[in-house]
Amino acid sequence: MRSATGNPLWLLAELTYRCPLHCPYCSNPVDYARFGTELSTDAWIKVLREARELGAVQLGFSGGEPLARGDLEVLVREAHGLGYYINLITSGIGLDEKRIGALRQAGLDHIQLSFQDSTRELNDFLGHARTFDLKSRVAHLIKQHGYPMVLNVVLHRQNLDHIEQILEMAERLEVEYLELANTQYYGWAYLNREHLMPSREQIARAEAATARFRARVGGAIKVYFVVPDYYEKRPKPCMNGWGAVFLVVTADGLALPCHQARILPGFDFPSVQAHPLRWIWYESAAFNGFRGEEWMREPCRTCPQRSSDFGGCRCQAYLITGDARNVDPVCEFSSSHQQVLQAIERAQARSADEQPLIFRDDRKSRELSGF
Amino acid sequence: MSAAQPLAFADVPAIPARYRLQWEPAQQGWVLLFPEGMVKLSASAAEIVKRVDGRASVDEIMHGLEQAFPGTDLRGDVLEFLNAARERGWIEICNR
Repeated sequence: MRSATGNPLWLLAELTYRCPLHCPYCSNPVDYARFGTELSTDAWIKVLREARELGAVQLGFSGGEPLARGDLEVLVREAHGLGYYINLITSGIGLDEKRIGALRQAGLDHIQLSFQDSTRELNDFLGHARTFDLKSRVAHLIKQHGYPMVLNVVLHRQNLDHIEQILEMAERLEVEYLELANTQYYGWAYLNREHLMPSREQIARAEAATARFRARVGGAIKVYFVVPDYYEKRPKPCMNGWGAVFLVVTADGLALPCHQARILPGFDFPSVQAHPLRWIWYESAAFNGFRGEEWMREPCRTCPQRSSDFGGCRCQAYLITGDARNVDPVCEFSSSHQQVLQAIERAQARSADEQPLIFRDDRKSRELSGF
Repeated sequence: MSAAQPLAFADVPAIPARYRLQWEPAQQGWVLLFPEGMVKLSASAAEIVKRVDGRASVDEIMHGLEQAFPGTDLRGDVLEFLNAARERGWIEICNR
């Protein structure tokens, strides 16, 4: 196995599950409230060193809200010294003049700032906090301090019709990159799927508006449009393959091959405090679980696409079919593909107020953890 | 992407501030790092990009490469690479 396994290139450090926002599509686990204490500064430094030694070079500091950690500057400084290209993935809350300068000094390379929408009303509603004006100020600070800026907006039924204003906002804020990330249905987004699932027409309009925008601005803003995979016929090549290039370390120190993998039953994801990362990456059963093609069933096993889409997403297979070894049901050849189509139909048919949106917060998470 | 004019010999290319060229021991190669991505450069591409410093013109870069690798006709390939790199945003023109 080891000879065929490449080294990790991306490290996502989910420093904390604490967050001042309460987005109903948060990608953190719904039961985050039951997970243990956060890694210490020293434990994170060890992770950074070990991952760098393995070859990881792109580093994202994420969360929750990574600015909730008072030692972020220390970790950025360490990471910069190790040669990482460092991205801060943030809501902007807590990014004042003093910290943004200190982070620049420490060697932070760029900042990805999220907005929930282009309007104050919906932005503040979705985050369940008054953040719109603050985020706008933070966007200016990011530019003032000379960082390249990525604007991230998660798209779904509630804000897709604002696409043109969202594109204008990117231009107004003078961002270099715009990430239009259609909601992926995991974590809290899976709970709220029927509120968030857009219609096919909404997506088509958004894609057309994005294409017009690209043609107009040329190379000035690079726009990534992440398509919603429920509307696809073939699955996404999730993470470029399990344990291929991507490594996540969670707030409580689990090493995962993707953000969502800890939901999978039967996997004993190793702790970075109990094992060296080298062993975790190359030797652990968890990271080898879905490498290569041995694990595949039909229709993947004999599918010509298997080496380019890797059978899609294991977590989505588990969430929808109950078994992570099945083909991702987004695939039209999945015997469960009908369930994806039904989820789309249900979302179109229901009126959005039948059941309220579930916002991410500690109380709800404790409830979903079963205590 | 708007079609840019092809590079002229007198143009001075530079790597934009948000990009970083770096040797990666684990990959035994040079990579270009940027927000949300990275590119592993071939050995010959790396030789060209290493000479893009915001001071040397296209002509001077070619001259430097000819000195380092004598006896090869590389001007056509270098120009083609630099034009492609500019299309992708890896380099920009910062004429003196």
